[in-house]
Amino acid sequence: MARETVFNGLMILVLAAIPAAALLFEEPFYLTLATRLAILALAAVGLNVALGLGGLVSFGHAAFFGIGGYVAGILAVHAFNMEPLLPGLPGTKSMPVIWVVSMLLAALIALPMGAISLRTSGVYFIMITLAFAQMIYYFAISWPAYGGEDGLSFYVRNGFPGVNTLQPLPFLLVCYGLLAAALLFFWRLQHSPFGAALQAARQNDVRLAAVGIRPFKIRLTAFALSAAITGVAGALFADLNRFVSPSMLSWHLSGELIVLIILGGVGRLFGPVAGATVYVFLEYGLGGITERWQFFLGLILLGVVLFARGGIIGLFAGRPRHG
Amino acid sequence: MKQMMAAALVALCAGTAGAFAEPVKIGMITTLSGGGAGLGVDTRDAFLLAIKKSGNKDIEVVVEDDAQKPELAVQIADKMIQSEKVDLLTGIIWSNLAMAVVPSVTAQDVIYLSPNAGPSPLAGAGCNANYFNVAYQNDNFHEAMGQYANGDYKKTFILAPNYPAGKDSLTGFKRYYKGELAGEVYTQLGQTDYAAEIAQIRASGADSVFFFLPGGMGIAFTKQYGQSGVTIPLMGPGFSFSQDVLGAIGDAAVGVRNSASWSKDLDNEANKTFVADFQAEYGRLPSIYAAQGYDTANLILSAVAKASVTDKEAFRAALKEADFPSVRGKFKFNTNNHPIQDIYVREVVKEGDVITNKIIATAFTDHSDAYAKDCKM
Amino acid sequence: MQIPLLLEQLLNGLQFGFMLFLMASGLTLIFGVMGLINLAHGSLYMVGAFACAAVAAATGSFWLGLVASLAGAAAAGALVEVLVIRRLYGRDHLDQVLATFALILIFSEGTRWLFGSFPLYLDIPPLLGGALTLPGSAPYPIYRLAIIGAGLLVALGLYLLISRTRLGMRIRAGEADREMIAALGIDIRTLYTIVFALGAALAGMAGALVGALQSVQVGMGEPVLILAFVVIVIGGIGSIRGALFGALLVGVVDTTGRLLLPLALSSFISPSAAASTGAALASMLIYVLMALILALRPRGLFPAAAG
Repeated sequence: MARETVFNGLMILVLAAIPAAALLFEEPFYLTLATRLAILALAAVGLNVALGLGGLVSFGHAAFFGIGGYVAGILAVHAFNMEPLLPGLPGTKSMPVIWVVSMLLAALIALPMGAISLRTSGVYFIMITLAFAQMIYYFAISWPAYGGEDGLSFYVRNGFPGVNTLQPLPFLLVCYGLLAAALLFFWRLQHSPFGAALQAARQNDVRLAAVGIRPFKIRLTAFALSAAITGVAGALFADLNRFVSPSMLSWHLSGELIVLIILGGVGRLFGPVAGATVYVFLEYGLGGITERWQFFLGLILLGVVLFARGGIIGLFAGRPRHG
Repeated sequence: MKQMMAAALVALCAGTAGAFAEPVKIGMITTLSGGGAGLGVDTRDAFLLAIKKSGNKDIEVVVEDDAQKPELAVQIADKMIQSEKVDLLTGIIWSNLAMAVVPSVTAQDVIYLSPNAGPSPLAGAGCNANYFNVAYQNDNFHEAMGQYANGDYKKTFILAPNYPAGKDSLTGFKRYYKGELAGEVYTQLGQTDYAAEIAQIRASGADSVFFFLPGGMGIAFTKQYGQSGVTIPLMGPGFSFSQDVLGAIGDAAVGVRNSASWSKDLDNEANKTFVADFQAEYGRLPSIYAAQGYDTANLILSAVAKASVTDKEAFRAALKEADFPSVRGKFKFNTNNHPIQDIYVREVVKEGDVITNKIIATAFTDHSDAYAKDCKM
Repeated sequence: MQIPLLLEQLLNGLQFGFMLFLMASGLTLIFGVMGLINLAHGSLYMVGAFACAAVAAATGSFWLGLVASLAGAAAAGALVEVLVIRRLYGRDHLDQVLATFALILIFSEGTRWLFGSFPLYLDIPPLLGGALTLPGSAPYPIYRLAIIGAGLLVALGLYLLISRTRLGMRIRAGEADREMIAALGIDIRTLYTIVFALGAALAGMAGALVGALQSVQVGMGEPVLILAFVVIVIGGIGSIRGALFGALLVGVVDTTGRLLLPLALSSFISPSAAASTGAALASMLIYVLMALILALRPRGLFPAAAG
């Protein structure tokens, strides 16, 4: 455990070092890279609630990521064009409002989706979550009002009170702030009675039912919380690119989020952060070296599964106490 | 003596500050991996060929792969502008990627030249002085086919994938087509089996079929159409019958009429040199994506010779003159920085073992687009 | 709506369904026997198509290409099983998802490395060209009927293999109880390699058969992979019978939905809007179907004995 704490400290140092390096070497793109990293990590922290704590392997979290993205995009476009979203309901360019709406909407969609999906388990759960995400993906592609396959551009990043989000560094700090909040939330959840029940349900739901706790309700709540966090990440991702498109909803993205968690270490507090860091640097580093970067990325990922069980943190800090 | 020195100095300064000596850095974001890589590879190869042949050593091209992902393309654009400090950007193949990248690039006062995509919002109200489209406006080829169909057909069945470019395609066709529609069908994006649609076509009593199915979708449709025994003539925009896919379709494509602004048999000096050089360098026939990439590079070269890239105003004016030998013959820019060009109808033919295109008619002379009037620039 | 058109669409749906069955049967067999989720199954489909196209181009014979597709995909499958998959059997599904996701990246870029970025040419064999006339005077391509025939043969072959042969007995034993079969002294490693190669060969064959209809290009396996998963989940994972039933259901629902939804909508809204809304709904249809079935029967229509 102590080693994991050391590792987490190191991760925080790495995250802090990137903007410092960007300013020192005058490479503003490092800021964009760090922002991307923080957002992907945030999305994966969300998935880690369902997957790491609850053992719910959702292959459809891209749905929530995309929903958050579309909330940001649609509200921003309506605010920009001064068209009310619905009569009496204007769009907005305020990040806090967008975040709250993204979380609520993602959780709201996660509830029926989870309620049906949680009737199944194992591979069936993996596949039914995928099916739901695919439905939303195809809906977004063929729904013309907000650009369909072309996606939706909004030319100016949304605002946060007192912060100039148009500048890369302040926006990065906003993303870091949300990531820190999500990590804190995850830590508190992990050590709360609810988190204990959730983890107990993962290991043995018969025993849990015997003491009078219904695993279904706990899992559904975890699924909705998980969706809400991933939804906020989606809203930030849309703001990073000033653009949202159905590719944020694709099954590839669901797969990538799972990859981030396994790469870092399933159920670990800093697993998503470590996973996202390595993934983003691999993508950037390999992409700079060769056009065939996906080939080598595949080889490296394969190496991690086969030879580094427990992910990067597992490699560094040994097997977790449970699981 | 002193005066002469001064004059020489001025001349020297003029020499260094003038066109050629200044390094120009061009960022190219294009699709080099995944299923759509063929188009990006052709664009890049032809672009680099033109730069190489110009012998201009001051031009540096940085190429990066967008993997056909819009988010990735935006991030590469940010990186090229912020870190690599490129002067110009180009290379994007797909409309949805262009819609993601172009607005934010032009807002940062960087000039973008499109070698392929031409989505309608960027041609109309969303036009920008920093955005030059060297290819076409998305509707153009479809409009040309609609115009051409008026000559021979009265009842056309039209078909496209259910996404914005597909809808633009059918809208463009209908804008010029005056006959009746035997049916209008939208297929799923990425669909690979068209048996259901082909049966509908047969049952519809159509006298012709117009379809827009880019990439693998078009290959699958044309092959299955050929195998189905249906003989209603096919028409489409040139994308589905470009050199990069003709080999994969095979004989099923022969006889299909398609519209394009370029063909390898177009009779002008620039084109003859281009086709010969491209074949010599890469050992394959160029596609329309290659032709457009080549033109984009030559347009940039022509502007670099006239103005300094650091003087944006002058450089934009130099680009707008379009004073370069286009492989399409004549080429000029409209008020919205989109092309005014001829659009031809080609027929797929077999020359020996090679399947390729031949021009059979001119659908439009000096054609522009329907959106230019909305462009306030 | 004319009856011949509907009949023809029904045949198209069956043909699509049998093609899906070729993919899904391997996937479900591998899951049933080894408990493995193989996302790279679509890559083996692509390997089959590329092997067929390359050999057909070199020799001029589609049939040699078809043999090559079976052999190539089986060999690729066996190789992957020995090098990678074998280490994943005891692991949880998460590790399997990540490893086979990585295999997709490797296969896709590797194939592009070998064959270039442009799609390959593969046509149907002349023997199966042309069309038969259906009742109602609509011609129907013989090749598509041949795919239906091939699917039926594979279904029959798999049934006989599993119910009548020694290998089939071992497969059934493996599905029922993984420890027991090792205790019986059966060489479980070889059995697993054979089953994986068999599944791969079926996927490769599907790739070759479909490659002649569609385009042979990198990434062709992924849409089919997702559909094949839908099929086996609907049918009940691990059940060949379920895979057959699920495949035909998905094939028919998808094909007829694409035809009927726009028609049904056109009585309410303009033809152009009906065409695009109908197409949008049709593309979501099979996922809706899958969610419905799983909501009612969480282990699919034909739950296998052991998960």
